Amino acid sequence: MKLKQPIALVVLAVAVAASLGAGWLAHHSYADQSREFISAPPSAEFWLGTDELGRDRFARLLYGTRVSLLLAPAAALLSTLIAALIGGAAGFLGGRWERIVTAGVDLFLSLPWLFLLLAVRALLPLNTPPVTSVTITFLLLGCLGWAAPARIIRAGTRTLVNSDYLVQASASGISRWRLFWRHLLPNLRPILLAQFWISVPVFILSEANLGLLGLGVSEPLPSWGAMLRELENYSTVLRNPWMLAPAVLLVVVVSCLQLLLRTEESAPC
Amino acid sequence: MLIRLAVVLSVGGALAAAASNELRFSVRNDPKTFNPLLVDDESSLAVRYLTGGVLIRLNRYTEELEGELATKWKVSENGRSIDFELRRGVRFSDGTPFTCQDVAYTMHQLMEPALHSPTGDAFRSAPGEVETQCAGPFQAKVRFPGPVAALAAQFDQAAVLSAVSPRKESAVLGPFELGEYKPGAYVLLRRNPNYWKRDANGHALPYLDSIRLEIQQNRELELLRFRRGELDLINKLDPDMYDRLSSQMPRVVVDAGPSLDWETVFFNQVQNAPLPEHKRRWFRSGDFRRAVSEAIRRDDIVRIVYHGHARAAAGPVSVANHFWLNPAVKPGSGSETTAMALLQHGGFRRSGGALVDSEGNKVEFSMITNAGNKLHERMLALIQQDLARLGIQLHVVPLDFPSLVERISRTFNYESVLMAWSNIDLDPSAQMNVWVSSASNHQWNPNQKSPETAWEAEIDQLMQAQNGSQDPSKRKAYFDQVQRIVADQAPILFLVNPNALSAVAPNVKNVTPSVVAPQVYWNADRLQVGGALVSRR
Repeated sequence: MKLKQPIALVVLAVAVAASLGAGWLAHHSYADQSREFISAPPSAEFWLGTDELGRDRFARLLYGTRVSLLLAPAAALLSTLIAALIGGAAGFLGGRWERIVTAGVDLFLSLPWLFLLLAVRALLPLNTPPVTSVTITFLLLGCLGWAAPARIIRAGTRTLVNSDYLVQASASGISRWRLFWRHLLPNLRPILLAQFWISVPVFILSEANLGLLGLGVSEPLPSWGAMLRELENYSTVLRNPWMLAPAVLLVVVVSCLQLLLRTEESAPC
Repeated sequence: MLIRLAVVLSVGGALAAAASNELRFSVRNDPKTFNPLLVDDESSLAVRYLTGGVLIRLNRYTEELEGELATKWKVSENGRSIDFELRRGVRFSDGTPFTCQDVAYTMHQLMEPALHSPTGDAFRSAPGEVETQCAGPFQAKVRFPGPVAALAAQFDQAAVLSAVSPRKESAVLGPFELGEYKPGAYVLLRRNPNYWKRDANGHALPYLDSIRLEIQQNRELELLRFRRGELDLINKLDPDMYDRLSSQMPRVVVDAGPSLDWETVFFNQVQNAPLPEHKRRWFRSGDFRRAVSEAIRRDDIVRIVYHGHARAAAGPVSVANHFWLNPAVKPGSGSETTAMALLQHGGFRRSGGALVDSEGNKVEFSMITNAGNKLHERMLALIQQDLARLGIQLHVVPLDFPSLVERISRTFNYESVLMAWSNIDLDPSAQMNVWVSSASNHQWNPNQKSPETAWEAEIDQLMQAQNGSQDPSKRKAYFDQVQRIVADQAPILFLVNPNALSAVAPNVKNVTPSVVAPQVYWNADRLQVGGALVSRR
């Protein structure tokens, strides 16, 4: 485990650095169409070949990584913060508040939020630039992704509230506000971090799934989801295995995040 | 294990088909109705085509009208009436004889206001009653209150009902009758034992014993089942599927050439649409629309998006429609220079990398399309780059289909749209609801009380003139002029006519694919499966 963690960190760092340095690393813009070289194999000019519109796959992979790897953690952070506030407060206050929040979480999880995403995309101004549109999509994913982590955080908070040191702190007359911020939240850190790391791959895959529905990132901006759509045609994939690059990168990144998550889980509090 | 045998039997002069003499193909959805008068969806249309007997049928291959239940017909009174000589000795599937009373009953039902028959709409030319007179059991005269354009051709869609059969619309005159329907699974059509038609050797048609329409929404599964031999044909293939199938089973794919369908772009020209004033001015400018049309490289769309299985479109008539095509109208050139010249004529200019109008507004607009349509998404990516060469920034917005329809037909909250149009009729009168300015399908600016532009007024007049005339050459001249105006004003930018692509298993015989729907099974009564017996006396 000691060796795996630094390797995972290095791989993730390389992926992030490559995506941020896409302008220097790629020979072409992600939007440029070389229409005479459609679906070309890898070459010195196009390292991962070109897609069906003649666009450089390597450039699109780097820029797509930027979109997926930077926005997914942001959405994960947002959802974890919301979950911490709602789940933490419910577990800390207990009683009626806890029952209301639990029922609310159950209700929230049972609703088909895909339709909200569809509706929001339909309501956005039509001239919304692709970058704004994808940012809003991830923000929405972040706002909608709090319910499952909130459940876990509530349960964790309950355990902490009943622990000896918090009962003792409460008995010694510390205000509930101070109890929550100074004594409870810091001890929830491992759970919060775990929820954050779990959410990152979930949001990356959600974006990919939205891309499969044609609702993710709009042209010409690339994303992993948009690139993964090409894999629907399996006979083409067999002939052009380099098309698998986004899937391989997705698996590598998600595996690295999972490795880091396990490290966090096993770390002493 | 089911062993399919091809057996030819001859018993007492009658020949019986093998049990496997069944044609199987997919339809997307359950039929909404089995009443031929109420058909308005693709699956019901397929059932009606295969079961309904009509007076006149359009031969999908020759594009000529042929007599079916009518042996002769004559249109008179400038399209207000039509006389039929009916075929004798014909019986419905339940044995009821076919007479003029059935034609009268069918016309009455078609025009019944309470029934709202979509098929009847084609015959509604003016307020008033439609009268059917029977001079004898086999002479019918149908008189309309106003001239009906291409009157004889309209009867291709009108399946004749029995006036007296207790089985109502289940008694049919077509080659097949409804056998069994399992919602969500299949529709089984059985051979109509009383079908009147015979082949050149005097053998009774149809050759097939049954047709099974499998209800299958998933196109990938449809392809998979075709590959496994569980389906005998795929009536419509997209270019990707065609190429995949072609690489593995080259003998089964059929490219019948450009279809009558269109891929189009149009701009929102609705006067009170929620658009900024300067954008409304752009979209209502003929120079701007033509410049965009000229800038789009249609050949690249054909080559890259359709893999060559489409034809660059010039106007509202496909090259497949030989008679009505105006060959003088050519597709946009894809020339940046021509497009820029038109834009400069319209008061636009380049400022830095961007195009600006005479007031300095940067030219950018959005184009919506239905989400999940890969062909449209690829087309939009190409158009986006073509327009970027002129300095125009195009925002691509895929929307779910209901939102798209809401915007283009109710709220008019859109700027431009890329959409496909399905066209099943060769005659331009079927396009009246697109070109007449008061029509609801005059999509760029529908339901106008009076034409808002001179060129729309001219199109209105020409369309009414061609619709009211029964002289084919005059009608052609009128519609040629409409095509010229449409090319000059570009209210709709016609991009391509996709080819009619299909797949037919090698065991299906007598297939002559057409570009007019239904492409592959239009001659279903003459199709044969495998070596199964095909003839009866």
